[in-house]
Amino acid sequence: MTLKTIFPMTRIHEPMKVDVDVQNGQVVDAWIGATLFRGFESMMVGRDPRDAALFTQRICGICSTAHAVADTLALQEAYQVEPPLNGRHLINLIFAADVIQNHLRHFYMLALFDYVKGPNMPPFTPRMQGDYRLPPKVNEQFFEHYKQAVVKSARAHEMLAVFGAKVPMTQTITTTGVTERATAERIQAYSAILRELSEWVDQIYLPDVLTLAEYYPDYYRIGAGYGNLISYGMFPQPVTGAREFAPGIITNGGAVQALDASKIGEEIRYSWYQEKDYNPSPRQGKTVPDRDKPDAYSWVKAPRYEGKGFEGGPLARGWINGSYRRGISVMDRIVARALETQKICRLAAGWLEMLIPNGPTLEPFTPPHTGDGAGLTDAMRGPLGHWVSIRSGKIQHYQILTPTTWNFSPRDAQGLRGPVEEALIGTPVANPDSLIEVGRVIRSYDPCFTCAVHLLHVPECKGYLD
Amino acid sequence: MISRRDFIKLCMSTAVSMSLTERLLPLVGQAYGEKRAVKPPVIWLELGSCTGNSVSLENAVNPSLDQMLTDMIDLRYHWLFSAEQGDGAVRAMLETVEQESGNFWLVIEGAVMTADHGRYNEIFRRDGQMITGLAAVQEFAPKAKYVIAVGDCACFGGPSAAHPNPAGATGVWKVIQSKVINIPGCPAHPDWMSGTFAHLSLYGLPELDGYNRPVMFFGKTIHELCQRRQQYEDGIFAKFPGDQGCLYKVGCKGPVTHADCPLRQWNHYVNWPVKAGAPCIGCASPHFPDGMMPFYQHLPEIRTPAVAANVQKFGAALAALGIGAVATHWAAGIFARRIHKHYVKGTKPIEPTAPENLTQVKQELDDLIRRQNALLAEAERLPGIQKARSKKKLLARVNDFLRAEDKSGDEG
Repeated sequence: MTLKTIFPMTRIHEPMKVDVDVQNGQVVDAWIGATLFRGFESMMVGRDPRDAALFTQRICGICSTAHAVADTLALQEAYQVEPPLNGRHLINLIFAADVIQNHLRHFYMLALFDYVKGPNMPPFTPRMQGDYRLPPKVNEQFFEHYKQAVVKSARAHEMLAVFGAKVPMTQTITTTGVTERATAERIQAYSAILRELSEWVDQIYLPDVLTLAEYYPDYYRIGAGYGNLISYGMFPQPVTGAREFAPGIITNGGAVQALDASKIGEEIRYSWYQEKDYNPSPRQGKTVPDRDKPDAYSWVKAPRYEGKGFEGGPLARGWINGSYRRGISVMDRIVARALETQKICRLAAGWLEMLIPNGPTLEPFTPPHTGDGAGLTDAMRGPLGHWVSIRSGKIQHYQILTPTTWNFSPRDAQGLRGPVEEALIGTPVANPDSLIEVGRVIRSYDPCFTCAVHLLHVPECKGYLD
Repeated sequence: MISRRDFIKLCMSTAVSMSLTERLLPLVGQAYGEKRAVKPPVIWLELGSCTGNSVSLENAVNPSLDQMLTDMIDLRYHWLFSAEQGDGAVRAMLETVEQESGNFWLVIEGAVMTADHGRYNEIFRRDGQMITGLAAVQEFAPKAKYVIAVGDCACFGGPSAAHPNPAGATGVWKVIQSKVINIPGCPAHPDWMSGTFAHLSLYGLPELDGYNRPVMFFGKTIHELCQRRQQYEDGIFAKFPGDQGCLYKVGCKGPVTHADCPLRQWNHYVNWPVKAGAPCIGCASPHFPDGMMPFYQHLPEIRTPAVAANVQKFGAALAALGIGAVATHWAAGIFARRIHKHYVKGTKPIEPTAPENLTQVKQELDDLIRRQNALLAEAERLPGIQKARSKKKLLARVNDFLRAEDKSGDEG
């Protein structure tokens, strides 16, 4: 057994440790651990529920809006209130801008330097040793596009701020709508930036992704994993409530099935939490950190659906919606993400046209003292759920289950690997001291460990998605 | 090269969006060219954080991130941007610490996790040993030329340290001896970071307040600079978030938060919360978030033996006391930690902390005296008030304010 460690894994969000066992130039086993614990859910207890949309965004600086949206959906169910049509459009528009931003940044600022050599200065040097296959001219062109992408992704956040006030940590999303008004000049500002980004995605981002795939075709066969895909759905349509991206699950590359959230379970066999008194049933039991637990190697728990590990993200959404079904691999994830960016640009342009200028975007309301709600939405990287219980006007219980927890979970009690651990098996390794190939597999998932390690309880959810 | 004074004016100016790239970058570039300043090696450590400040840095427009990396700083280690991974990246960082000792800047994002000897947060591996964020900060800080904390978590613990603070999160300045430059905000505005970096390159340490925040960005309250300030003075108050009027009654923490958001605005200077109808939540405050929650509940009501004014009768209180007095009340509230105490009640069953150090107490007192003097000057100019009471009486009234027990604190 030749155990190799990558720590810290760079160009991802927050710390992550990867141990791989390399034999005969192949990864034969893998362990992925998160090394930061903050414990956000326990902080939520006793606070004003209306603050949750603002406070839970602090979990993650790259997908803050997703948390605001999930919390808002949960509170809408708990309070039985709904934003006006304009408000629902604006929430979708704000979220769309954040997803576009995330996808651009993931490809050009994080994943790209697995394949492209930057200039000879920090932070682009030192770089990993490995097969940089792009001819110098193409390589240079990619770096030129990286520079454009730095500006374009900031423009996407600017577009978000038109209705979201500021970002990261947007401030205008409330339970019953958005505090910013949909004035003609704001709509125009959003629309102008969106046009600019749409064109850039069509003309630069998509061709770039395809060029990359031409030089690295073998990555269509690397990093497959279990073939289990999950999505909670994304962007509810204001009138019907149906999601633009439908929810569903696919097991073992089979047919799409309806998601039954009650089948979600969670295990802590290899996570740094005490097993004594651990109650796998939701809404009960406490999770107590135990950094000295033998065999444990991560702060992330292991969510399982019917006892199986599942992958979420743009590729899962593509498969479940039928818009991308070429395969499951490193390159498929990258291509599916780019296609999704294009699709979201188109959707957002459609929502803009449905806005009623100066129409109400927010409904004043008095919050009731009790309520229970679940807010399930896909975030950039996969399924995100918030579950809230309100008693006496205060949060009694708050639970969060994030995408990276699904993707990067450790082994479960049966010893089954987490989805990414499984995807790493069989990855060819040219130089066991560089492990550039392992980095490529991991980054194709767009990991974000800031979110992953907050989970305290497995939530229970009945009938929300049927 | 422009003088330091002009530079600060530039940073504080309302035309900041136009001028920073055009003026600041050439300045820094010129200085590097003339060897009056060297592109500093920077190590950026991320501890108990959400990466929000790095993402905010990516949102920088004047100068942009790309310009900053090329022209302003030599970013030797940052785990979001470093091309190398694992041991190779760590080696580059450790070499910088060794070779550039006394020369490199240490930027820290995220709170220091202290629970279980810092083992809730491990950030790299050296000779097979896992190194905690706490240990790394304590080891590197004495060798760094400047230690800069970006974001509320690194400065004061921030959201990572919210009650019950399961990971024992705290600000960087609590765990090291070196001076820490605090750039708070959740996240910090990219201009606050790039402006401070430029000042450090060109002129050295900027003027700092009692909380070690650069005065050029955090010298005034949001309330002082707010576009809706006139509506506050006219007594026009929003009834719910998103409504027209001053957002004070729906929870705005602008009066007790020091930052220049209203002038600067966010994300290419396009918007900021109060402009978008959302109350300020005080994310640049040392007491964020516990001291600022509930976000949608207004600041403590003003009740003193002299004037029983609550938020409904706010206009009356303003007329009777003058705006200065209300501001003084808030300032006194911050000083006595009354406001803080009021807000943590119910969520945080512990006593609020005392002021951090003597300098801070002195600065807050100075601030109080300045406001008090301003109030007296203002009172003299108001004919109505002058007729009604003598200066001496007014002074007594102000003193009442300062000494008054905050009755609203008992409500919660």
